[in-house]
Amino acid sequence: MTDPGSVGSGPALEKYAAGEVAGLATVDDSAERQRKPRSLWGDAWLQLRRKPLFYISTVIIVVVVLMAVFPSLFTSRPADFNDLNHQSESPSGDAWFGYSFQGYDIWARAMHGTRASLLVGLLATILTVVIGSVMGIIAGFYGRLTDTFISRFGDIFAGLPFVLGAIVILTTLNPPGSSPGEARIVFQVVASIAVLSWPVSMRIMRSATIVAKQLDYVKAARALGASTRRIIFRHMLPNTVAPVLVYATIALGAFIAVEATLAYLGIGIRPPVVSWGVMINDAKDYVQTSPHELLFPAGLVTITVLAFVMLGDAIRDALDPKSR
Amino acid sequence: MSTMYDGDKGEFVLERPPDTGPLLEVEDLRVEFRTMDDTASVLNGVSYHVNAGETLAVLGESGSGKSVTAQTIMGILDTPPAVVLGGEVRFHGEDLLAAKPSRRMEVRGEGIAMIFQDALSALNPVFTVGFQIEEQLRVRRGMSRKDARVRAIELLDLVKIPNARDRIKNYPHEFSGGMRQRAMIAMSLALDPELLIADEPTTALDVTVQAQIMDLLRDIQRERDMGLILITHDLGVVAEVADRIAVMYAGRIVEQADVFSLFRNPGHPYTEALLASLPRLDLKGRELTVIKGLPPSLARIPSGCPFHPRCARSQDVCSTDVPDFHRLPGNRFSACHFATDLVTHD
Amino acid sequence: MGRYVLRRLLQFVPVFLGTTFLVYVLVWTVPGDPFAGMCGDRACPDEFVTAMRTKFGLDQSVFVQYFQYLGRFLSGDFGQTYDNLSIGEQIGTAYPTTLRLAITAVAIQIVIGGVAGVLTGLRGRGYLDNLVLVGTLCLISLPVFVTGSILQLVLGVDLGIIDPTVSADASWGELIVPGFVVGSVSMAYVTRLTRASISENRRADFVRTAIAKGQPRRRVVGVHLLRNSAIPVITFLGTDLGSLMGGAIVTEGVFNINGIGGLIFRNVAEKEGYMVTTIVTLLVLVYLIMSLIVDLLYAVLDPRIRYD
Repeated sequence: MTDPGSVGSGPALEKYAAGEVAGLATVDDSAERQRKPRSLWGDAWLQLRRKPLFYISTVIIVVVVLMAVFPSLFTSRPADFNDLNHQSESPSGDAWFGYSFQGYDIWARAMHGTRASLLVGLLATILTVVIGSVMGIIAGFYGRLTDTFISRFGDIFAGLPFVLGAIVILTTLNPPGSSPGEARIVFQVVASIAVLSWPVSMRIMRSATIVAKQLDYVKAARALGASTRRIIFRHMLPNTVAPVLVYATIALGAFIAVEATLAYLGIGIRPPVVSWGVMINDAKDYVQTSPHELLFPAGLVTITVLAFVMLGDAIRDALDPKSR
Repeated sequence: MSTMYDGDKGEFVLERPPDTGPLLEVEDLRVEFRTMDDTASVLNGVSYHVNAGETLAVLGESGSGKSVTAQTIMGILDTPPAVVLGGEVRFHGEDLLAAKPSRRMEVRGEGIAMIFQDALSALNPVFTVGFQIEEQLRVRRGMSRKDARVRAIELLDLVKIPNARDRIKNYPHEFSGGMRQRAMIAMSLALDPELLIADEPTTALDVTVQAQIMDLLRDIQRERDMGLILITHDLGVVAEVADRIAVMYAGRIVEQADVFSLFRNPGHPYTEALLASLPRLDLKGRELTVIKGLPPSLARIPSGCPFHPRCARSQDVCSTDVPDFHRLPGNRFSACHFATDLVTHD
Repeated sequence: MGRYVLRRLLQFVPVFLGTTFLVYVLVWTVPGDPFAGMCGDRACPDEFVTAMRTKFGLDQSVFVQYFQYLGRFLSGDFGQTYDNLSIGEQIGTAYPTTLRLAITAVAIQIVIGGVAGVLTGLRGRGYLDNLVLVGTLCLISLPVFVTGSILQLVLGVDLGIIDPTVSADASWGELIVPGFVVGSVSMAYVTRLTRASISENRRADFVRTAIAKGQPRRRVVGVHLLRNSAIPVITFLGTDLGSLMGGAIVTEGVFNINGIGGLIFRNVAEKEGYMVTTIVTLLVLVYLIMSLIVDLLYAVLDPRIRYD
């Protein structure tokens, strides 16, 4: 049994992601319910199509992705468009989100900033899930000493509270006063998030693997002498994908919020790179005088996170054996 | 209590004054399960009765409605999605379905008690067995903690759990399957109920343990002159223990008879088929007889007699007319158009 | 039970050593020069550097350094900053505030989250249920600094109900809004968890048995249902308290609370390596101890896992 108390010290949203999938890793072994993965996904897709939240979240996500890939569809101005004459102006017909203290057109900047925010979220999620899954499968499949070793190793990283760890890592890599290059800082932020979050993803994969190992048809495959590779890929992986998928979806949202939080603290993405977090950081000193500067990018972050959380929820409900 | 065989009635009766009515009477119970997709007719006019000191076995496959009837008697149905459409449940003549919730709660445990198939999930995992027995005594009888503890140990002794004084502090998962079932029986007897409903009490147990539990139930019943409704699908258990049997199919009683007559001379094709499907030692080497087809979905019960698609004797009338209860000699009933033929043929 | 406790304790030690070693390495070994920037923009004079290195034992191998450091830490010697200020004293002034914030946050989670969860869990689908589901979804999606900034703006600046920033020695009352902010995401999760737990256990066999026994409804819900449903919620709250005791850095920043978060921030900015290491080591220790307590608590609450 996995340590029930140590779900992970990441930002609370991520804990939520991990907690939500706990039920998915338990497969009902009774004769009626034990279906092969193929029909699980077919069923899930049908259920998903019935949910309004699924459509809403997908639409939002598609729009946000478009903003990231083709910002020119949404604004004609470049990211660094600057007109100090309109400093700190409220939203108007000319600039839908108004102007910032430095004279930036907030809407334009936000559109261009989508890419960095989304990229950080996506890359961090991929890295976390890959590292975590590999470690988790190995730990779950081989068990015993390997499992103990990997689990303790994960606990070490999980023992570091997230924001604390991020501060220590990022300020060590970029001491105050230094200005890292664009690619370097993105890489560092992504790596920091992954380093601090992989234990959670590892535990999910590990418990899903342990459950899958007990399934009758996996035991049968082993008894027939199927190679380890075949067992893992063809028999166990399909069963373990479900909780990891739900976790990854919600974690994507969580990591976008983390990017914003780290930038807010001044240790994440920083100019000249533009991201929503950077915009928020720039705006934080002027909250009382021109709140729109902070609220619009913060709103974008929130809505994007909301979309991923809703999507993750919807997918989880669709895959949950109990609701079928 | 002693019983005697009453030739006219064709059943075993207790030596008691004749004007004592049945302990429990279920009459024409109708229950539906309404879900988003479908409506299932789970009980379609179920009637049976139990007398004090007697064991009624309710026999049927999964989905026949035997557990639902018991749950309706106890009032523990999930009421959405279940809907009780009609009927009466008379305990000592009082209709429980029409009674106030507080009255129903009174009857539970004290008048009628129930034990379930899976003791591990039926007992609360986070409380000791002692706590769960004692709470009956403390909350319902107002006993002190000390007295309740003493009585609880007595009850565990009664159901033959060794080392009761120590085991009282154990949690349900610390017992073996058979012991756990005994503990649940002890819990159900705490308030000295007049009627015990046992819903498949031995299905999850090994055969040897099964026999022990059934013996225990029989002993307890005799000592306390308790009524017992035994819900099961196992003909072997029924033959050992029951006085009378009610056979259920698709939400209705298809036959009711005393145990001897039922086994010797079944009065309904379904009962016939059930008995025929029992593996028999003296017929070794032959193919097992099965009842062809599957029990019907309760959302789409066949017209007329619900058994007709699977019945070896079915004829045209079976698919159009729902059979009445035909009274047979020896105080038996059968819901088959050809009941009389079936019985007299042997 | 004893074996379970022993196992958890045995797991605790290597993890503590591992995490604190990691932190030590990060702060002292990874950066090329831990004293960079201390002497302004110029490079520090060699004598100064040598003196500092000897003082902090940096001429020895990493492992020796670490164990020396750990030894000092565990014996209560938290040492001094580069300016010879007592680290222990500074932590002593800042930490109680953070603790009060943490406790307030958890209390709010229990009161609002727990009640909302129980009500919606018992009642099922309906107006309140949908409201709670949507509300929790929104709270979960709002990053803490957004919630903090908005509440600070609305309640502090616009409506004037609270002070936009918290005073130097924050009282419990002042910490209510920051407590709500830092606990907002977790509170939403507590609501959902409680709701799910109760609605799942409502249909459980043991609840059915309790009703069949003739126990009054109040007891079936209040004793049987609640006791079982509380287990995952209580363990979550324990972990949450542990995380919060690790410093609500963002919230402390927004409301200008003089807690451990602010302390870390300032010292990171000023490159006080020793201070940072000490604080982080302390917070890691606190977090790991809380996790241990939660695991043990779980075993107390759920007798089934004592024999794993």
